[in-house]
Amino acid sequence: MSEVITTGNLTSDLISLYRQNNSVLDTMSGKLLNLQRENAFHDFDKLGIPTVKNENYKYTPLEKYFAGNYDVDLEVNPFKIDVKSIFKCDVPNLDTHVVLVLNGFYYANDRNGELPEGLIICGLNEASVKYPALFEKHYARYADTSVDGLVALNTLFAHDGVFIYIPDNAEMTKPLQVINLSYSDKNLRITRRNLIVAGNNAKAAIVVCDHTLSNQSFLTNSLTEIFVGRQASVNYDWLQNENGKSTHINNLFIHQEESSSFCSSIVSLHGGLIRNNFYAVLAGQHSDTSLNGLFLCDDKQHVANYILVDHASPNCTSNQLFKGILDGEATGSFNGKILVRPDAQKIQAYQKNNNILLSSTARMNTKPHLEIYADDVKCSHGATVGQLDSEALFYIRSRGISQDEARHLLMYAFANEIVGKISVPILKERIIDLVDKRLRGELSGCNDCVVHCG
Amino acid sequence: MLQIKDLHVSIDGKEILKGIDLEVKTGEVHAIMGPNGSGKSTLAAALAGRELFEITNGSVIYNGENLLEMSPEDRARKGLFLGFQYPVEIPGVSIVNFMKTAMNELRKYRGLEPISASDFLKHMRDKKELVGITANMANRSVNEGFSGGEKKKNEIFQMAMLEPTLAILDETDSGLDIDALKIVANGVNKLRRSDNATIIITHYQRLLEYIIPDFVHVLYKGKIVRSSGKELALELEEKGYDWLKDENE
Repeated sequence: MSEVITTGNLTSDLISLYRQNNSVLDTMSGKLLNLQRENAFHDFDKLGIPTVKNENYKYTPLEKYFAGNYDVDLEVNPFKIDVKSIFKCDVPNLDTHVVLVLNGFYYANDRNGELPEGLIICGLNEASVKYPALFEKHYARYADTSVDGLVALNTLFAHDGVFIYIPDNAEMTKPLQVINLSYSDKNLRITRRNLIVAGNNAKAAIVVCDHTLSNQSFLTNSLTEIFVGRQASVNYDWLQNENGKSTHINNLFIHQEESSSFCSSIVSLHGGLIRNNFYAVLAGQHSDTSLNGLFLCDDKQHVANYILVDHASPNCTSNQLFKGILDGEATGSFNGKILVRPDAQKIQAYQKNNNILLSSTARMNTKPHLEIYADDVKCSHGATVGQLDSEALFYIRSRGISQDEARHLLMYAFANEIVGKISVPILKERIIDLVDKRLRGELSGCNDCVVHCG
Repeated sequence: MLQIKDLHVSIDGKEILKGIDLEVKTGEVHAIMGPNGSGKSTLAAALAGRELFEITNGSVIYNGENLLEMSPEDRARKGLFLGFQYPVEIPGVSIVNFMKTAMNELRKYRGLEPISASDFLKHMRDKKELVGITANMANRSVNEGFSGGEKKKNEIFQMAMLEPTLAILDETDSGLDIDALKIVANGVNKLRRSDNATIIITHYQRLLEYIIPDFVHVLYKGKIVRSSGKELALELEEKGYDWLKDENE
């Protein structure tokens, strides 16, 4: 079944869409997913789609992206296509377990070699039925629907996505690659909900790739909750590469137990509007969070990163490093907050945001924000918005290197600080190559993915 | 090789060079000396093509061509090299990558194929040895976190790699201890050939104990006020610049 909504009042349209379809949603979804809807409904009713009056969305005018007609697929498995016939990851020798997600629905997983005993990879809906105890313990525990209308909206419409459980002491030898595909012959609204649970002392590397496979407008509201158990370590690398008509909202909620580590590098290569919200809670002592991001945008693209690192316990460390290169009439925003709670003594929290504007019409808004209630902490933040260094350009050119190549060298070096942090070597090389092409203007849209959808 | 005639250069409307005449022939080493603020670095930067400086009058002919019409990269491709007084740090660009890109751009300009990886490594090994650079330096980002001495050595290393026809070394000796100074001077001497030329810009006579110039010029208030053989440097060491200042006030 598909529903088209028209926009008058966005929030009330979405609420009536929900009312029309909640019986379908409830029928196709597990009980534990449905249990959260009522609460989410009230929060969404109250909060709505964030407007620019909301301080956190001041520079991200979502309404105009939400306006417009989109289909909504609410049926389970509406696929009339064989995904594998149109999509194959073109990174050679990338030795991963692959999980495919199509339009927000879990589609298939390709196990590659042995997986640790007890490891679960399946659809979110399936998990809510098959593993109720585990599911209930974590689902909607970290994503607080009262913080943002989009979180509430996601929880309201949540029906599927990926569920990953890495049991205690399990170590994944190969990375797990989650490929989120959007494919339709109509403009499509997608809701995707994921849950990742890493047990105590578990180790995993997860790679996420977002792709659009057709040139429609996709409006994706994606939310991922990640639980990192005691002494567990999770690497989470993410490539966002979608067509210029797509709007992608990501909410990532990370909950970390004692002595755990979480490291993420997000490369926003292309997209119409990309909004990433990160909420990391350092709940246990001696835990460490590292959030890195690179975004490249031109035309009228918009990339926004919002980060809240919540130091809720002592002796933890956190690092945020976000870099952006903006050209054309692109706009970007960075809003990074470090919250240090009263008991969180002896923590170290750092934040840096550097941006390069290549044109006079590109705009970047950056807002570092520290809120510290403990007195024995080390915190720092810094933000820059500038052009390429003219002294460095002259230095490079004085060695016989053309102006274009000199600019490229500087941009590439700027970007490489983030790309260099990607944990999977082959993927890193691939992304280095993609960034290189993107900066040379040889990569338009997502058409470097095998599909060439334009 | 190089003929500078009545060169006037301004920055932000302020005239720094007020009519420079200088001729450099192949095989020669010229030293340009002078007190701080006399315009030495402006001359070097203007010759290398720094756009900040405005040429208001005069001409510079380099190997028969109008140098002032060329972009900085074209000047370099035609064999001009500037050793910077303050080499710029470029985080994230390794010296290896930088030099490889530079060499290949030079080769492309000369209609040559890109250098093979093995030839490049050999070339680099040879030049590193010549300049006395340690192995790990080349893998670091260009000048990033380098000491003053390392930066200057790196300039000489780049000069050795690119084998220029005309090298202009801007205060290459400033901030160097005597050992680093010897290494830099030694590099310059080894690269000196009958078919190239060097302009050494320096405040002190010290470097000229190790690199023997054919000519010494004194720049003062934007003009060359005296030109002579190497003995002029010794005279300046002994008497300072004051007597020349007095003569030209």
